[in-house]
Amino acid sequence: MTVPIQCAPDETFVLNLGPQHPATHGVLRVKLTMDGEYVVKAEPVLGYIHRMHEKMAESGTFAQFMGNTPRMDYLSALSYNQGYVMAVERAAGIQVPERAEYIRTITVELNRISSHLLWFGAFVLDLGGFTPLLYAFDDREKILDLLEHVTGSRLTYCYYRFGGVYNDIDDDFITGTRAFIKRLRSRLPSQYHDLVTGNIILIKRLKDIGIISQEICRKYGATGPVLRGSGIKYDVRRNEPYSIYPELKFDIPCYKECDSMARYMVRMDEIEQSLRIIEQALDKLPGGPVQAKVPKTLKPAAVDCYANVEAARGSFGCRLVCDGDKGPYRLKLRSPTYSNLSLFGEVAEGMLLADALAFMGSLDLVIPEIDR
Amino acid sequence: METSIWRPILFLVGIMAFAGVNAAWLGWCERKGAGHIQRRIGPKEVGPYGLWQPLADGIKLMTKQLLVPQGVDGILFRVAPVLMMIPAITSMVAIPFSEGLQARAIDLSVLLIFALASIGMMAILLGGWASNNKYSLISAARSVSQNIAYEIPMLITVITIVMVSGSMNMEEIAKDQMGGFWHWNIFRVENGTFLYMWISFLIFFICSVAETNRAPFDMAEAESELVAGHMTEYSSMGFGLFMMGEYLNIVVGACLTTVLFLGGWDCPLGLLPGVWWFLLKIYILIFSFIWIRWTYPRTQIYKLLNLSWKVLIPFSLVNLLVTAVFLKVF
Amino acid sequence: MSEYWNDIFGGAKSLVVGLNITVRELFKPVITEQYPHEVPVMKPRFRGHIELTRNEETGGANCVVCGMCQRACPSGCITVDGVKPEGAKKKVLTTYTLDFTKCSLCGSCVESCAFDAIQFSKDYNLASTNKDDYIFDLVKRLEEKR
Repeated sequence: MTVPIQCAPDETFVLNLGPQHPATHGVLRVKLTMDGEYVVKAEPVLGYIHRMHEKMAESGTFAQFMGNTPRMDYLSALSYNQGYVMAVERAAGIQVPERAEYIRTITVELNRISSHLLWFGAFVLDLGGFTPLLYAFDDREKILDLLEHVTGSRLTYCYYRFGGVYNDIDDDFITGTRAFIKRLRSRLPSQYHDLVTGNIILIKRLKDIGIISQEICRKYGATGPVLRGSGIKYDVRRNEPYSIYPELKFDIPCYKECDSMARYMVRMDEIEQSLRIIEQALDKLPGGPVQAKVPKTLKPAAVDCYANVEAARGSFGCRLVCDGDKGPYRLKLRSPTYSNLSLFGEVAEGMLLADALAFMGSLDLVIPEIDR
Repeated sequence: METSIWRPILFLVGIMAFAGVNAAWLGWCERKGAGHIQRRIGPKEVGPYGLWQPLADGIKLMTKQLLVPQGVDGILFRVAPVLMMIPAITSMVAIPFSEGLQARAIDLSVLLIFALASIGMMAILLGGWASNNKYSLISAARSVSQNIAYEIPMLITVITIVMVSGSMNMEEIAKDQMGGFWHWNIFRVENGTFLYMWISFLIFFICSVAETNRAPFDMAEAESELVAGHMTEYSSMGFGLFMMGEYLNIVVGACLTTVLFLGGWDCPLGLLPGVWWFLLKIYILIFSFIWIRWTYPRTQIYKLLNLSWKVLIPFSLVNLLVTAVFLKVF
Repeated sequence: MSEYWNDIFGGAKSLVVGLNITVRELFKPVITEQYPHEVPVMKPRFRGHIELTRNEETGGANCVVCGMCQRACPSGCITVDGVKPEGAKKKVLTTYTLDFTKCSLCGSCVESCAFDAIQFSKDYNLASTNKDDYIFDLVKRLEEKR
């Protein structure tokens, strides 16, 4: 005797969204209590891809943890690389040559664009549009080629070193990057804004959906485009400047609507701003060495320091406690998506399933970064 | 000829072959079209231009086990895919492909096709219900409200056509439009007045996209929300039949649009009317289905219902009224 | 009410704009690389798994078995061993095993090497169904490459 699903009119049911679901982009599980198609309660369940990165850092030397940083957020790996490297440089008091800082800025901004392009594609895919994904991948492929040319890998870059970068950039990279800037600028209005941003279906699905108030942002510590889409103009590159960002001119895109469309627009505008940053950095690129003289095995004094960078998804913090040994005594990694996801449960209450998933897409989740 | 035993047999074979070839190779067309729109090649490995891909897929699907998960309603679960296929094939009986090339001249063929189209929706409902899967159940509920919402404007526009043509027989409607594109219903001029039938055509076209569950109205399938909607639990040819049924529904929709609005087998310039023009028109329409699917994101269920109830139904009602006034008063 | 008409006409226009873009893309050439038919060229800095470099004079490995790479590796996937023949100054490499199942291609080993004894290979077709295929004997590879 088979028993079909039985539901009284006022009864709710639990829908396990994930860990294997097309819209969760990885192994996130969300326990949704549903009333028909409406979400009554949403509870993200984490831990499916926890790899103990922090513990791994404690058991190795400083250099040995380098390979782990890109594995946290594989879409904007260089930001995480930079955050960790900056923390160690602060602890050991290493001065980075100017050229290396410029190269870091150029590559990290390229990486930010590639991350936003992938998010754009995946987000539209969440909304059911498949074609924009491949147009975005077409452009992203050019970035991956450029970064492969300098770093040697396409996704999990491990390019920065304590006191500089691994390899110097060459003229091919510079001309290629300039050509890419031109190409993306010519494609942004048509392939992105005309095809997707202006589309009535997309606007109807994003406008006034998933409103994150400023209180909720503060309560959960949201950062990055999620925060800037809620009208709070906070960007680590401006508010706690690091590297060469104070010398560059760029705007912080900020929208006051607090809805999914605002977050979408923040990211699309950030692509343009990153292009501006890269252009200026290429113009100002100084000569000189790309690697400071650093002892082979680092042994910083017992210090406690913190480095904060603006990754593609928000502020990535790295707290490093040293005890005078060859490796970190404790390394705390503050990843932005963890905080950004935390507010999902509160905001998604009362939403339709389709809207909740569109809202989840607008948070730009990378699951390995949440679990670390 | 009417009384010959061969006529039904030949038409049976012909329609089955037409349905089978379309159901299989439209999948290839879709993948190829999607590929080139996305600047990929699409299928290319099996045969020239990947043309044998549908055969390979078919063989693969047929050799797989039809899994019937625990807790499903066994009978309905097995019946649903068949129920998707049969009305779609049966509808073709009433479609006039060309002058006299119609399996059965039925006086109320328009009505028959719409009656059969509603059964297709039952397949999604039953499949979704029987699967004992929450995603499928949501999908089933969605598809019912969607189909009800879109059948109303569709039928209202058909009433407009029936009023203009004065017949519910598809062949009569097509014959009424012979002699060049200015005679087609989409550009219909009656009593010296231009009727805004292209509005009807647009409404009908949007509704047929929604009726066939195609993107951007693929609420039932919605792969990024409901995994695969009503097809989530289906494997093997159960899944295959759903896919084929979907493509056949598109063919029927395109045939209907062609007969009702685009002059059936008539040549745009009045030359050499015949079945080739009919086929050309339906494949252009099918291409636009594919083109639309690979351009837009999906709508959301309430936005979809809003579109029907707030835009399409008022527009089609006004259009019906205006047409009636023009036909009777002037 | 004006919003209603704006939605209809503005929306219809945006849909036509979208269709126009995709149909133009339809007639542009494809941009994908047909991987098994077209072999990609790896960039000069491509970081594949490591391999031993050859000493031009002796024809053998450059490695002096100092063990720096083994110590630098965060995942412990390198095993180096060598013997010191009678009367010789340097050790001679006998085994250099890379357990590629653990390797994360960080490149710490190449950086730590002071003798230019290892380099990144350009191999990328490494798929296999057998785990043992990923225990690379680099000394053997060096001999085979000759």
